[in-house]
Amino acid sequence: MTTPSTSPQLASLAHLVQRPQPAAGPPRVPKIDARGLNFYYGKTRALQDISVELTPNVVTAFIGPSGCGKSTFLRTLNRMNDIIPGTRVEGRVLVDGRDIYAPDQDVVALRRKVGMVFQKSNPFPKSIFENIAYGLRINGMAGSGSALADRVEESLKQAALWNEVKDRLHASALALSGGQQQRLCIARALAIRPDILLMDEPASALDPIATQRIEELIYDLKQSYTIVIVTHSMQQAARVSDYTAFFWLGRLVEFDRTEKIFTAPAEQLTEDYVTGRFG
Amino acid sequence: MSDPLARSIVRRRRLDAAFQVAALAVLLVALAALAALVADVWLDGHARVSYDFLTGFPSRRASQAGIWHALTGSVLVMVVTAALAVPVGVGAAIYLEEYGGKSLTARIIELNITNLAAVPSVIYGLLGLGLFVRAMGMGRSVLAGASTLALLALPVVILSTREALRAVPPSLREGSYALGATKWQTIWHQVLPVATPGILTGLILALSRGVGETAPLITIGALTYVPFAPDSLWSAFTVLPIQIFNWVSRPQVEFRANAAAGILVLLALLMAMNASAIWLRDRYQKNL
Repeated sequence: MTTPSTSPQLASLAHLVQRPQPAAGPPRVPKIDARGLNFYYGKTRALQDISVELTPNVVTAFIGPSGCGKSTFLRTLNRMNDIIPGTRVEGRVLVDGRDIYAPDQDVVALRRKVGMVFQKSNPFPKSIFENIAYGLRINGMAGSGSALADRVEESLKQAALWNEVKDRLHASALALSGGQQQRLCIARALAIRPDILLMDEPASALDPIATQRIEELIYDLKQSYTIVIVTHSMQQAARVSDYTAFFWLGRLVEFDRTEKIFTAPAEQLTEDYVTGRFG
Repeated sequence: MSDPLARSIVRRRRLDAAFQVAALAVLLVALAALAALVADVWLDGHARVSYDFLTGFPSRRASQAGIWHALTGSVLVMVVTAALAVPVGVGAAIYLEEYGGKSLTARIIELNITNLAAVPSVIYGLLGLGLFVRAMGMGRSVLAGASTLALLALPVVILSTREALRAVPPSLREGSYALGATKWQTIWHQVLPVATPGILTGLILALSRGVGETAPLITIGALTYVPFAPDSLWSAFTVLPIQIFNWVSRPQVEFRANAAAGILVLLALLMAMNASAIWLRDRYQKNL
């Protein structure tokens, strides 16, 4: 490590950070651009004045202690919080330059473009095939029978699940193992070809091998998607992400290249968290 | 090993066993009462249940009286009741649970529906008499009877459907929404299939109650003497409980055997209804 470390704990994380990082060439148009975002559950303010720009085709990790607002912020990016009664959003979130909270924004069109994988895998109680085909059907993307089957196969291959399930596509998805179910949910999200993939602690309930597969998957998917991942694992953030945002008590404390966050954070609070002094 | 812990365990074990015995005793009391009832009816009536009894029409002579008119009346009324109550009840529940939100109005409506489920059935009969028989001009028809029973069944159908919808895990809805599904696509493709077994259970309860109802149908003027099977929604009709009630209230002893036989037929009808509903439910559960 050439970057000077301020503490031995930071040095221990530094070796995990991926190289090479994307070139810091000409500034790209941000894929997601949040400006002055406040979020309320009833009267409780869960997010305070979040402003951040996320670049296309990179992986951004959201880290922070439980209840810091990282999942809440993630869910504002595809307006998943809309379905929770009593919530309110102030400020703007631009996706490709368009305010997704504008009155003329169609939330169905938004979620079609901003896919999501949840912390607890939630396959539909249907067959493996139908789990993938559902998103295509409801969005009118199913096409002919063989085109649909091709798309299902392609998605399962992308999620590195095809070889394990190709002989039992019509078996119930609930019979799969936890790691397989989570990869099925990733395949399901990929099938409708979103632009952005939001992942809310996708590996928190998985064993190390399944976790590793998901992380490899994230690395591959970066070529075609903009990925935002919420994680409790410092090591995971260091391994998979290009950028890291540290949240604390509903505020965005620090946002920078992952390398910087884990080797030379600007804020003392960030350093204390990534080195395990609290949280 | 006579330490306090060991003694405490012995004491708790004894209490455990005592409760098991008590629970079993209570169950036996309930079963014995039911068995006595069925046995009594069976002894009085099984000799009368025959092909002629099932296909016969009412008669002044007990030995020639049959129950075909009431059996077909009950079945027809039930089918029409279900056809009316299921779409309206399930639809109302979907609106209240999925679209209605948690406003004060929604809570007041919910409270009222819960109250309606406890309103005596004769009140529904009076409403049916005023609304369906007179104001809407349905007369004393199958349609009027079924509409009245549908009103009676609605609160139970709505409440049980809401419970079934509420039991569907939120993660399933989120998964569907996250793929760009609309509310209706989510309800139709994900929520309803999972909720169906629960909805069917509620329907069984509601319709079983309807089959046994006498009071509201007497109130709207279902006849006690109908020498024909109902042939349309507009025809006059009677149902099994009314026919049974009619026979029981005759002074002649022979009619009591007819009443007992009628009860057996009614029990068989209920059993068949419940069995088919349970079969349907299990089929749905297997598909998940």
